[in-house]
Amino acid sequence: MPSSVPADTPDADAAARPAPVPAPRSSGLSLLGSELKVLFGRRRTWALLLALAAIPVLIAIAVRVSSPVPPGRGPAFLDRITQNGLFVAFTAMLVSVPLFMPLAVGVVAGDTIAGEANLGTLRYLLVAPAGRVRLLLVKYAGALAFGLVAPLAVGLAGAAIGAALFPVGPVTLLSGGVVQPPEAALRIVLIAAYLAVSLAGLSAIGLFLSTLTVVPVGAMAATVVVSVVSQVLDQLPQLEWLHPWLFSHYWLGFGDMLRQPLLWDSFASNALLQAGYIVVFGALAYGRFVSKDILS
Amino acid sequence: MSVALGPAGLAVETHGLSKRFGQQLAVDRVDLAVPHGSVFGFLGPNGSGKTTTIRMLLGLAAASAGTVSLLGLEMPGRLHEVLPRVGALVEGPAFYPFLSGAANLHRLDSASPQTVPATRKARVERALERVGLGHAAAKRVHAYSLGMKQRLGIANALLSPRDLLVLDEPTNGLDPQGTREVRHLVRSLAHEGTTVFVSSHLLAEVDQMCTHAAVMSAGRLVAQGPLAELRQAGNTRIRLVTPDGGRARQVLARLGLDAEPGAGPDLSGRAAPSAQGQALGQPDGESIVAGLDGQGGLDGQGRLDGQAGRSALLPEEVVAQLVHAGVRVRGFAVERESLEDRFVALTGEGFDVAQ
Repeated sequence: MPSSVPADTPDADAAARPAPVPAPRSSGLSLLGSELKVLFGRRRTWALLLALAAIPVLIAIAVRVSSPVPPGRGPAFLDRITQNGLFVAFTAMLVSVPLFMPLAVGVVAGDTIAGEANLGTLRYLLVAPAGRVRLLLVKYAGALAFGLVAPLAVGLAGAAIGAALFPVGPVTLLSGGVVQPPEAALRIVLIAAYLAVSLAGLSAIGLFLSTLTVVPVGAMAATVVVSVVSQVLDQLPQLEWLHPWLFSHYWLGFGDMLRQPLLWDSFASNALLQAGYIVVFGALAYGRFVSKDILS
Repeated sequence: MSVALGPAGLAVETHGLSKRFGQQLAVDRVDLAVPHGSVFGFLGPNGSGKTTTIRMLLGLAAASAGTVSLLGLEMPGRLHEVLPRVGALVEGPAFYPFLSGAANLHRLDSASPQTVPATRKARVERALERVGLGHAAAKRVHAYSLGMKQRLGIANALLSPRDLLVLDEPTNGLDPQGTREVRHLVRSLAHEGTTVFVSSHLLAEVDQMCTHAAVMSAGRLVAQGPLAELRQAGNTRIRLVTPDGGRARQVLARLGLDAEPGAGPDLSGRAAPSAQGQALGQPDGESIVAGLDGQGGLDGQGRLDGQAGRSALLPEEVVAQLVHAGVRVRGFAVERESLEDRFVALTGEGFDVAQ
């Protein structure tokens, strides 16, 4: 070979050749770990979580500096905050469900595939090869994880700021029973779980929309719009036949987590409904993504 | 390295590979044959279908028609077996700007279920060292220059031992030093037995590092073969300097050669001839150029097998005939087209992006 460049030194050659691996161990879960690390390592995710955590903080401060709220005004539980700081968590979770939660989840779910396509990293993940189905599952798992962390952030930030600014005591539940603060904290986590399930269907829709475009903002906006439309339709009495099929139908039904004994009816109906959405939009995302030409 | 090759020992083999985007045929019945162990240059102007072909090779895009096999295994059917043995740089590097160079490689390495997590850190470090990015491993890619991103892209292709490397424009954005390093790297990889498939529009680059080449033009493969044969397959011309221009032309015509006035003593033969073909400033008379292969231009068809289209006429016979006819031959030269002439002849001149 005609070459003006000196040949590789033996040392460089040896260094370049990776050591033989005796027993290759599968790293099937590596991608999931990497996905969670990237998702929760990036500043945008933290900004979203901080914005969500700011909701209970704002509520608590507003209540603290203003005159007592007369019963029956404002969102549910608001009037009870001054007696018990834990109600900040319940109020904030209730307030964030219609818009803030879907907004945050829409950003993450809409970004799943479109964000990678936009960066161009999608082609490198696929030639690695990540496998299209595996990548889709990992991306959805990441969105689900965010869907759990988001309401937890609101609930925990609410409990913390409530405990800091107001007295904390036994909580009177919707059914009239009273539970001690540790039990109440468990109820906050249960509500977060309820909301995580509630948002699973929306995440599946976002995942599907994300496979349609290479512009992540488009998929994010579309996902948020879908969630708003669903809630608007849920308000129209003329469409009552449709209401049980809307993915947002049980979003505000987490009051059952505040009864003694616990009522699991709405949790179960919600889970079933969300599972339906996951199956339908998961299948659509699969059908679209598996055959898609990656040209970005 | 495991070797499981097709009967012909081809690392990349396509048959009738085509891709249609709506009305446009971006890739038109391409039959690639990349021998195992070669450094294969994939040439073509912008928009000629190189990257689309590479996307189909790697299973990123589905072929409209035709078949692909990589390392003897059918694609995309056996993608999960093939791609772990293939390193790729496709249409420029792409990374997470908010992650460091090393973190990006960790991410992409963990994407394959077949890589070994235990050796990941060491492999990432080695790959970064190999492309000269060891010092910038902890820096965010956001702060990388284009050349550094390009190097990181190559490092990604080298994370695992590979049997085949597909590098799309690997020296894009690199400084001369980086270009030289990439050439060096490609040679040392080839030396280790890796087949390197490198696309480029830079002829000098292909000329210097490749053993084989193929030329794409407007979606079609217009030439393919060992580089030496490709060079040879170019037209051979004779350049004659004589005061007996008229008679010389008669002789050449009798021999079936198309004579045209040459312009001055330069070797390009492309500049406009001087008035009436009467070469001014040529003390020895007129300069005449004639293609030895009969036809002046190349029709741009057919594969160059090295044996096609060679004229039986040898230059010395032409001289003998000229002298026999009483032509005073004062200068005679045999000129061969450069690879660049060949490339332009195959793909057409000008800057228009192929449609």
